[in-house]
Amino acid sequence: MAVTTAPDVDVSGPILTSDGKPLKASLQKSLRKNKIRAMLLVAPTFVFLLFTFIIPVLALMMNSVDDTYINEVLPRSFAEFENWDAKELPPESMYKAMFTDIVEAEGLQIGKGSTRMNYAQSGWKSLMKKSRRNFNKLIKNEPDFAGPYKEAMIKADKRWGQLKYWQSLSVMKSNYTAGYYWNAIDRKYDVNKNVVMQPESRQVYVTFWLRTLLVSMLVTVFCVILAYPVAHLLATLPLRYSNILMICVLMPFWTSLLVRIVAWMIMLQQQGVVNDSLVAMGIVADDNRWEMMYNFTGTLIVMTQVLLPFMILPIYSVMKTISPVYMKAAQNLGATPRWAFIKVYVPQTLPGVGAGVILVFIVAIGYYITPELVGGKDGQLIGNQIAYHLKQSLNWGLASAMGVILLAAILILYWVYDKIVGIDNMRMG
Amino acid sequence: MALPAYKTTGQRFWHYVYLAFCAFVMFFLVAPLVAVIPLSFTSEAFLNFTPGMLSLDPDAFSFRWYRLLVGDCSDAVITTVCSDKWMIGLKNSFFVGIASTILATTLGILAALGLSKPHMPYRKLIMAALISPMIVPLIISAAGMFIFFAKVNLVSTFTGLIFAHTALGLPFVVITVTATMSGFDHSLTRAAENLGGHPTHNFFKIQLPLIAPGVISGALFAFITSFDEIVVVLFVGGADQLTLPRQMWAGIRQEISPTILAAATILVLISVALLTTIELLRRRSERLRGISPA
Repeated sequence: MAVTTAPDVDVSGPILTSDGKPLKASLQKSLRKNKIRAMLLVAPTFVFLLFTFIIPVLALMMNSVDDTYINEVLPRSFAEFENWDAKELPPESMYKAMFTDIVEAEGLQIGKGSTRMNYAQSGWKSLMKKSRRNFNKLIKNEPDFAGPYKEAMIKADKRWGQLKYWQSLSVMKSNYTAGYYWNAIDRKYDVNKNVVMQPESRQVYVTFWLRTLLVSMLVTVFCVILAYPVAHLLATLPLRYSNILMICVLMPFWTSLLVRIVAWMIMLQQQGVVNDSLVAMGIVADDNRWEMMYNFTGTLIVMTQVLLPFMILPIYSVMKTISPVYMKAAQNLGATPRWAFIKVYVPQTLPGVGAGVILVFIVAIGYYITPELVGGKDGQLIGNQIAYHLKQSLNWGLASAMGVILLAAILILYWVYDKIVGIDNMRMG
Repeated sequence: MALPAYKTTGQRFWHYVYLAFCAFVMFFLVAPLVAVIPLSFTSEAFLNFTPGMLSLDPDAFSFRWYRLLVGDCSDAVITTVCSDKWMIGLKNSFFVGIASTILATTLGILAALGLSKPHMPYRKLIMAALISPMIVPLIISAAGMFIFFAKVNLVSTFTGLIFAHTALGLPFVVITVTATMSGFDHSLTRAAENLGGHPTHNFFKIQLPLIAPGVISGALFAFITSFDEIVVVLFVGGADQLTLPRQMWAGIRQEISPTILAAATILVLISVALLTTIELLRRRSERLRGISPA
């Protein structure tokens, strides 16, 4: 109506809003306003998470390559290092630089710095601490001591006359290092910054990585074997019964991890419920009880039980959608029940199995609490090493490098998961 | 489950094997938890079923470990260390849990409101960032927080612990509230605005009551996350931040006594109660959405 009776509207020009502005611009302005409003709503949460989570994870990454500290403690020595060919003992000027650096640094700096130096060449820590004491004494006795530094230092500790200590500075002179990553897989830089294997006695971490992989894979396999029939039963039973069984599946899922670990301890320990029952039934001799706790077996059993719901739920939710008609059709067409099951039913459940496998594997690979409490010596995983280096040995660089490798592995797995199933389809029942 | 009469003996046999296997798995899942509860009522200091307990002798059962738990040290027979640490832990757990739940819920609702706007840019990226604390393994989050919080003096403080737990609980709130929001009829807020209501007023009077089930279940998830959390507490918390899981951890590492079983029983009951509430809320909200015309 308005179109036909409004001949004075100039249709060739831009459409205007009531206040005379072009409609397009006005619309864009309002869209922009909406966008800003939406972003303002998200902003506080995002900033909060930035400071409590995202920056901490980035700090972990930075920490794994950061080597600035030692460069700040010994600035003169590293400056002199540039002019040295590293083939024979350094010149007097470099001795002087090292002497000055050590005397001018604070005790705490030498302590922290020498710990870092010790990772590059063992012996640095005691050398630095002893030298700081001796050099300070020297300065005190001879306030205008001005050399010769080389002689005085070698006299104070003969290690200053050994080439390997000086050469090992090459590993530390850059502000960034990949050394911790090499350490995390049992390799290290030699004094000339070539990557070599750690000495036999210090090759420990590859074992932990392999064990972590082995445990995660075994737990995943056990979970598939245990979860598949249960998920099938849950999906095929009438709702009345399956609801009760579902509670059994969800109850462990809902209870605290520590509670479940305590529960397993009383079940599996030497005087525990399982051993007691086996002895009572005469399967196991009283003086020959099974050791199922505080070792590799303990870690496996407890982790399998803890992670089982993560496998049952995705498989169940896929099985629930499979119509029984397909199986019947296959059997009508002459397949035996077993053949129909393998050829028709199983392939349809694979998305659920895949989701469960990746989920369980990802969670298992980063486990820390369970192995720490029930793993004993041979059930420790890489997560325990991260905690150990962070809290006890205080080698934060190494702990961070391990964390970053683990995180990278998990992100790759998530990417695979997203490709196969889609993160949005993740369901926990 | 009855089998049709035409099944062969072999099929019957495998069917019973299958049922027995499922029963075994169910037993495997539930038995340890079920064993904890009666054992926590033992009158002895041992962690196995005594003959008296098996024959249901009333003398074999007692509340003595629960009395120990609440800091009542009058029981002279008990030689294990008795302290009020469990009660302090419970108090701290509730304090940290409630504080981080309030923070996580507020921030989570704000973010979900923003994310549900149709004009939100980088929605997928922001969503991924907001739920990342759920994806990154706890040991890595804890390590990162430990390193970063050490630089800004938040290690061994309640503030640091509450912030950390808020970050861990946030994804649950964001997920549940955005899910509820997707079923929300936006014409209701537009109608309210047309009628002259202030946006804040509209939110509290119109939107919040309708998305309440999602908000509450998100908040409960956030609370349980904090209440059960142990890894981050071990790293970020100090001696003062003694929460219930931390006290349990210490107990397990020293010597596991029936006191821990008593604490475990109470924790089982608390989480079952909380999660039953969540499940009921979820069903209610599904039912409501099912009958709504949208």
